[in-house]
Amino acid sequence: MAKKITLKVSAIKQGTVIDHIPSGQAFKIVKILNLENGKEFIMIGMNFGSKKYGRKDIVKIENRELKSGEADAISLIAPIATLNIIRNFKVVKKTKVEVPKLIKRIIRCSNPNCITRHEDVQTKFHVISTKPLTIKCHYCERITPLEEITFL
Amino acid sequence: MKLKDIISINDLNKKDVLFILDIAEKIEAKRIKPNLGGQVLATLFYEPSTRTRFSFETAMKRLGGEVISMADIKSTSAAKGESLRDTIKVIGKYADIIVIRHPLEGSARLAAESTDKPVINAGDGANQHPTQTLLDLYAIRNSQNTLDKLKVALCGDLKYGRTVHSLAYALSFFDCELFFISPQSLTMPKYILEDLKNKKIKFQELKIEDSNNIMGKLDILYATRIQKERFPDLAEYEKVKDAYVITPKLLKKAKRNLRILHPLPRVKEITTDVDSTPYAFYFEQVGFGIPIRQALLSILLDKIK
Ligand SMILES: [Zn+2]
Repeated sequence: MAKKITLKVSAIKQGTVIDHIPSGQAFKIVKILNLENGKEFIMIGMNFGSKKYGRKDIVKIENRELKSGEADAISLIAPIATLNIIRNFKVVKKTKVEVPKLIKRIIRCSNPNCITRHEDVQTKFHVISTKPLTIKCHYCERITPLEEITFL
Repeated sequence: MKLKDIISINDLNKKDVLFILDIAEKIEAKRIKPNLGGQVLATLFYEPSTRTRFSFETAMKRLGGEVISMADIKSTSAAKGESLRDTIKVIGKYADIIVIRHPLEGSARLAAESTDKPVINAGDGANQHPTQTLLDLYAIRNSQNTLDKLKVALCGDLKYGRTVHSLAYALSFFDCELFFISPQSLTMPKYILEDLKNKKIKFQELKIEDSNNIMGKLDILYATRIQKERFPDLAEYEKVKDAYVITPKLLKKAKRNLRILHPLPRVKEITTDVDSTPYAFYFEQVGFGIPIRQALLSILLDKIK
C-alpha cells in the first residue's frame, strides 16, 4: 500500500508534491498558495489512504519547486504536511511545514470593526502561540484561536 | 530611544514607559522645557472626543507648537470616500506629527504605516488608547511615589474596557498585585489572565459583593464606567449598569494612601460625596494628560536632548 502511494506521488517529473494534507483540504491549500492563478500545472488528489493518518489529500505542482518557508502558511490547516521536491521522478528533498511567525494575506480578521475589513489593506497576523494555535491581528490586535480563523 | 509612533501600549517595554514618565515629570516640574516652536501637530478626530483633542492641542501649544485640526471629518475627505491611507499620506506632507482618533480598530497602526511622520493613537475603536494608560501610570506613581509592588484593584467593565486591559498589561511590568472586580458577565478576558499567569503576576478575580474584603489592602482603586455603546445586547447593559458604586461608606476600611482613579467621564460609579475625601484623585489624574502628552510630542519630534 505505502509503496503504491510513493509511486503515485512520484508521478510528476519535476516539481513539488505536498503530501499529508488532511482529507478535504486540498482545494484550500491550492487557494492559500495562490496556485490557481499560476502558470504551473496542478494535480489534486483526494482521499488517498494513509496507513498512519487515515485518509489524506495530495497536491502536485509541476515544474515548480516550493522553497522552504514558502508554503509554511498551509501549516494552519495541514500541520503535518510534507513538501517533496521531485527531480526526474525522484524525491530529492523532503521537508516539513512549520508554523510561520507572521501570516500575510491569506486570513480574514474575525473582528468586523477591524480596519482591514473596511479598507483595502493586506492582512497580517502574528502567531502568538502554536499550541494551541493562536494568532493576533497586526492591526486591531484581536486574538483569535485556530477554530475561528477564516481564510480569504 | 527610537520610538517613531505611539500606537499600542503593547509596543512599549518597561524602559520605554519609565523614560516617558520621567520626561513628563521633568516637564511638569519645569525642569526642562522642550521647544516645539515651528512644529505643526495635526489632530484628526474621526469620532468626537473633545477632551482628548483639547488635551493634545493644549500640550502642543504650551510647548510653542502649532496645531491644525480636522474639526468636522464628516464634511471632509473621508466623506468623499478617500481612504484613510491616502488622507494620512497627504496630512503627513503638511504636519510634523499626527494624532488620530478613529472608530475602527487598527486604524492608528495603518495610519502610522502610511506616513514617515510620527503618529500618536488617541483611541482606535475598542482597541487601544495608549496615552490614557501612560497618564494612568503617571497618576499612580505620582500618588504613591512608586509603581512597584502596589496592590491595585480594577473595577467595572473588565470585559469591554480597553483602559483596564492596557493598564493590567502595563502594571505587570512593575510586579503589582491585581484585583479584578466586576459583574459575572463582565470579567477580564481569558487571554489577559493567561498572559498575567505566564508572567507570574499575582491576581485575584472578585465578585462585587466580596470586594469589601480587600478594601483595607489596596493602594489604588481604579474604577471605570460601564459603557453602553460597547454592549451588543442592551438588556445585558441594563442588568449591570449600576452594579458597582463607590461611596464613602465603602471606603471606611481604606488605607490612608489609597487613591481612587477613573478615566472620566464618570456616571454613577463614584458618588459625588467621595470627591471631598482624601482618596479622590481622578481630577488630578485627568490633569496629568498634559505633561504626558507634552512628553510624547517632544520625544517623537526628537526635541529631548
Ligand atoms: Zn484585525
